Amino acid sequence: MRAREAFLMATEALRVNRLRSALTMFGVIVGVLAVVVLVAIGTGAKDAVESEIAGLGSNIILVVPGQIGVGALPTQSRLGLADAAHVRRAVGDPSRVTVSVASGETMRVGRNEAFVTITGTDENIPNIFDRPLAKGRHLSETDVDTRRRVAVLGSEVASRLFGDIDPIGRQATISGARFRVVGVYETVGATFGVARDQEVHIPVTTAQRLLGLSRINGIAIGATGPDEIEPLRRRVVAALEERHPGERFSAVTQTQLLGTIGSVLGMLTGVLTAIAGISLLVGGVGVSNIMLVSVRERTREIGLRKALGARQRDVLTQFLIEAVLLTTIGGVLGILVGVGGSLLIDAVTPVPATITLWSVLLAFGVSVAVGVFFGVAPARRAARLDPVAALRAE
Amino acid sequence: MTAPATAPPAFEGENLRRSYQADGVAVEALRGVDLCIESGEFVAIIGPSGSGKSTLMHLLGCLDRPTSGTLRVGGVDVATLSEAGLAELRNETIGFVFQSFHLLPRTSALDNVALPLVYRGVGAAERRTRARAALTAVGLGHRLTHRPAQMSGGEQQRVAIARALVGDPKVVLADEPTGNLDTRNGAEVMDILAGLNADQGVAVVLVTHEPEVAARASRRIHVRDGRIEQDAR
Ligand SMILES: Nc1ncnc2c1ncn2[C@@H]1O[C@H](COP(=O)(O)OP(=O)(O)OP(=O)(O)O)[C@@H](O)[C@H]1O
Ligand SMILES: [Mg+2]
Repeated sequence: MRAREAFLMATEALRVNRLRSALTMFGVIVGVLAVVVLVAIGTGAKDAVESEIAGLGSNIILVVPGQIGVGALPTQSRLGLADAAHVRRAVGDPSRVTVSVASGETMRVGRNEAFVTITGTDENIPNIFDRPLAKGRHLSETDVDTRRRVAVLGSEVASRLFGDIDPIGRQATISGARFRVVGVYETVGATFGVARDQEVHIPVTTAQRLLGLSRINGIAIGATGPDEIEPLRRRVVAALEERHPGERFSAVTQTQLLGTIGSVLGMLTGVLTAIAGISLLVGGVGVSNIMLVSVRERTREIGLRKALGARQRDVLTQFLIEAVLLTTIGGVLGILVGVGGSLLIDAVTPVPATITLWSVLLAFGVSVAVGVFFGVAPARRAARLDPVAALRAE
Repeated sequence: MTAPATAPPAFEGENLRRSYQADGVAVEALRGVDLCIESGEFVAIIGPSGSGKSTLMHLLGCLDRPTSGTLRVGGVDVATLSEAGLAELRNETIGFVFQSFHLLPRTSALDNVALPLVYRGVGAAERRTRARAALTAVGLGHRLTHRPAQMSGGEQQRVAIARALVGDPKVVLADEPTGNLDTRNGAEVMDILAGLNADQGVAVVLVTHEPEVAARASRRIHVRDGRIEQDAR
């Protein structure tokens, strides 16, 4: 028997039992769909986080007091501006180090008000982070040294408080203190859920007085290149731990963040895909079940085919192709719906979803394999039927 | 056309036995059958129910193997053939006609008839041509696209005969081919089988309970209790 004949016979058998074939495929469709969509969401989330981290700027090292890690004790350590000066000396180039201290406050302009993140920082922000200005200027060294009440607004703060009016040179109040707007940042979006467009940057000295703090939250350092990151990180941590004996400080790099987040999200995607894989497996069991029913129903047909000259191999091929066709058609439909669904999710929900070629090919390959795997047992049963008994069957 | 004297017999059985295990008890359906059927013969096998006629037909048709004894089909010892070899032998030298027709229900007469050729690797166009010729030969040239359910019992059995013929077999084995037909349709089927034997020299071996059917054969083998009781030419 030729392959073409076996294929035609199988399509004919599926066509005859249209409803049953469709219902059997349904299990496979759902399984494949789940795999494609979940992998797309996992990949999308990973891509989004990675581009957020990359969007911060390049070669950034963040220094915070205490130890970072699950189960680490809350730290007693504090960083202050004097530590920042110490770090500047350790780095060698003061302009590549910046500081931050932040607090949520309400900012008012006339009747308009907005809840914003006040970040006390300095003139080195643009040397380290990708933070382009839409208007005006950055904070200056003099602003910090003379504790000026000036502010650079995130794009969303600017539009909320000032609307279409140009905010440069205008006044806004934070906790009753009047600030003059000197700059507006371009829209940069969110990083780790931090809405950076809702930030207001003011000189760190001004912020410490306004918030009644003497500490800072952290120090950010810009390395000159990827090769400098690691030695610089060690140097800075050593310098701080030397200054505060017995205390611990942590410096995280973007690469570390990417690695950690990447592996967490990768694991999450893996778990979700495994769950989706189980539903594909259930779909495969459904195929096996229906094929067994089909073999039983068509016992007489199988006996007849054997009497007319079908070899075991011919019968095996016929039923195996039928099973593989069921799962493959189901798989292709599942891929189509899954790709469509992922695009829809990406377009209409905040959840990012990215279709990858490998997940589509994998889903296709797995659906073919499921057909072979779950089709073999019924097909063998059919192939081994005794023709005399099969012809007698009712 | 008669076969040349040198042609091997269609079937040669020596001490054929077939026993079944039913509920732990061995049932001997055939208890030592010796027979030789020459090519081109027209044989009727008769005997009471349960005497082993169908069992013998299954052995001759290579659907089953004897428990012991030797069977040669067209000179070939079936014990030497693999499963695939037996399938090929069935496909090329034997045509089956069953009491209950055994047509594929959702398939046209033409495709039913063409089925044996599928397993011979014949191309679609040639299959159709040969199936059409076979259906025309049994007087059903006007029923090509009909499905079994759209045909009478007599017509269905003629489709089954066309299917048995389409591969130019050396033997047609028919187990009670008229058992499900009325007298008129039965006679028509017998006419076709007799004509086949007379005109094309195809050996016909049939099982029947009806004396008038058996009477049309040139040789009658009486089976009783798994043995040949009488062999009359
Ligand atoms: N698969 C089987 N398992 C057990 N016993 C069987 C089997 N097939 C046939 N037999 C037994 O073998 C004997 C012969 O059966 P067979 O079908 O050959 O009879 P038959 O002559 O064709 O009868 P009928 O005229 O009723 O068709 C019977 O006793 C039957 O019960
Ligand atoms: Mg019988």
